[in-house]
Amino acid sequence: MEPRPVDNRAWGLVLPVVLIVSFSAIIPLMTVVNYSVQDILGPTQRVFVGTDWFHDVLKDEDLHGAFWRQLLFSGVVLAVEIPLGLAIALAVPRSGRWVSLCLVLLGIPLLIPWNVVGTIWQIFARADIGLGGYAIAGLMGVDYNYASNPLDAWLTVVVMDVWHWTPLVVLLCYAGLRAIPDAFYQAAAIDGASSWSVFRFIQLPKLRRVLIIAVLLRLMDSFMIYTEPFVLTGGGPGNTTTFLSQYLTRLAVGQFDVGPAAAFSIVYFLIILLLSFVFYTVLTRVGRGGEA
Amino acid sequence: MARIRLAEVAHSYRPDPRSDADYALQPLDLVWEDGGAYALLGPSGSGKTTILNILSGLLVPTRGRVLFGDEDVTRKPPRARNIAQVFQFPVIYDTMTVAENLAFPLRNRGLPAAEIRARVAEIAELLDLAGDLDRRASGLTADAKQRISMGRGLVRRNVAAILFDEPLTVIDPHLKWLLRRKLKQIHEQLGVTLVYVTHDQTEALTFADRVVVMNDGRVLQQGTPQELFEDPADAFVGHFIGSPGMNLMPCQIIDRSAVVGGQRVALAAGAAPAPPAGAGRLQLGIRPEFVRLAPVPGASALSVRIEAVEHLGTYCIVTALLGDVPLKLRAPETFDAAPGAAIQVWFPPERVKIYADGRDVARSLAEPAREIA
Repeated sequence: MEPRPVDNRAWGLVLPVVLIVSFSAIIPLMTVVNYSVQDILGPTQRVFVGTDWFHDVLKDEDLHGAFWRQLLFSGVVLAVEIPLGLAIALAVPRSGRWVSLCLVLLGIPLLIPWNVVGTIWQIFARADIGLGGYAIAGLMGVDYNYASNPLDAWLTVVVMDVWHWTPLVVLLCYAGLRAIPDAFYQAAAIDGASSWSVFRFIQLPKLRRVLIIAVLLRLMDSFMIYTEPFVLTGGGPGNTTTFLSQYLTRLAVGQFDVGPAAAFSIVYFLIILLLSFVFYTVLTRVGRGGEA
Repeated sequence: MARIRLAEVAHSYRPDPRSDADYALQPLDLVWEDGGAYALLGPSGSGKTTILNILSGLLVPTRGRVLFGDEDVTRKPPRARNIAQVFQFPVIYDTMTVAENLAFPLRNRGLPAAEIRARVAEIAELLDLAGDLDRRASGLTADAKQRISMGRGLVRRNVAAILFDEPLTVIDPHLKWLLRRKLKQIHEQLGVTLVYVTHDQTEALTFADRVVVMNDGRVLQQGTPQELFEDPADAFVGHFIGSPGMNLMPCQIIDRSAVVGGQRVALAAGAAPAPPAGAGRLQLGIRPEFVRLAPVPGASALSVRIEAVEHLGTYCIVTALLGDVPLKLRAPETFDAAPGAAIQVWFPPERVKIYADGRDVARSLAEPAREIA
């Protein structure tokens, strides 16, 4: 074989991307890496500590707690929002005058700023003056108080997240459903398929890619949740609704432990990356059987 | 299996049709004899697919009734109708294997597993899918997928009719021919009524015993391929069928003969009775194949000027001007007159048709056009 001619012009084409990615991701990440291996005592005083912060952070009991809470939270949120969103998307009419109304109503929670969502629920769920909280505690006679009871706090945070983010799953699924050509439904009608068969053999397979995206988005987002529980419960009662982001913020901003916070940021990032990778790999294989 | 009839059926896609223009399908009455091979032929938007969907039950017609034998099935869903339909683009169930796809219509109807297996094997053999039965259907080529779609239509034994909606659109040309042959064979073997929608005249004329020509939501003519070719009831049919289509030339009728481009054309006795007063635009129609080159002694020859000659292997198509009216005619390959030359042609009177507002004058006098509400 002839040796390939060397042509360096391609670098010119790649360069813009390299620059953009550098400024948007690599350089910020490197500053974090830089902090994570030093003990910063003052603006001019710093000591190189190697991987000490990583050892400390990984052994931290509080962090373990926050990690397992986080996993549980994301699991619950996915288990509720994905099926619920799919069910609602199937119930939204395919055409007609109600379509726009349904979609706008569903879209509203997505348009509300996150800290406002937290504030809405903070007031809504209060047992003394909140509409929801009062209805549960006062009218139904259930002993409900999200500020003091960990279980109530958890339920409130989960319900808030479901309210806030299920519409995203609905909109994704609805778009996916609308993309299925009519011929599929017509063929199924001719073939005598039941509505369950239509769901199982047409709608679900056609929504596979959309559902993968929905699961990944909700997984990553819920794993990084910060604002809403911070406003609603402040991580309490105790540490029962303190998730990873909030733990990190406390470390970095509250206690100004920049080194451990940086080390933990990297670990946090790797966890999300790993989880997303695992989910993506598993999900893309599901429903494709032995095919490559 | 039974005779299928669309009785006074009309359809509008609008919820509140007011005028004729709101109807995608104008009122029609069509009968499909048991075991016939029919083609619905017409350009896009002519209402062919609407008819199919009414037959299969995907659409309930705005007016009229659908009869299978004596049973009125107008409002019955497809599931209850015992009819199979194959669509223009392949519809397959992605997560199933080829065998499962083929078995799906049978399984939904609760047939015993052994019978399903036998039937699937039979259909797979017929459509060259036997080697792929255990493969995922989603990984196959477009034409294999369309064969699966067709297989699902053919797999049910007791259907009243199988409807095909331009099923060969996505298929490669050489396979098209093969599959059409196959359908024809299947029709001969099973004796089931087939209705085949297409805008391709070759496909319609080679496949069907009877062809229904449609345009603009109306049925223009129903007949054998030969009838449509030799005796088009409508100028559109004449022009749409044939390659090139029928010559349609504006004319006047004077003293029982036609005047085209300033020259007189003799007419057969019954072909053009004096057109009713106030009849609209008159056209003289003659197929390029029927125009004679050598003038016959005693016949009135027409002189035309040659514009272009296209050689197509075994024959050539000559474009000429009759006065200022273009005329195409088919000549033997040995035809050697050059463009610009003047030649003599003759229209055999029995091949000449006169159309008033597009309808065959002789015919519309014999059977007055049905009032379309």
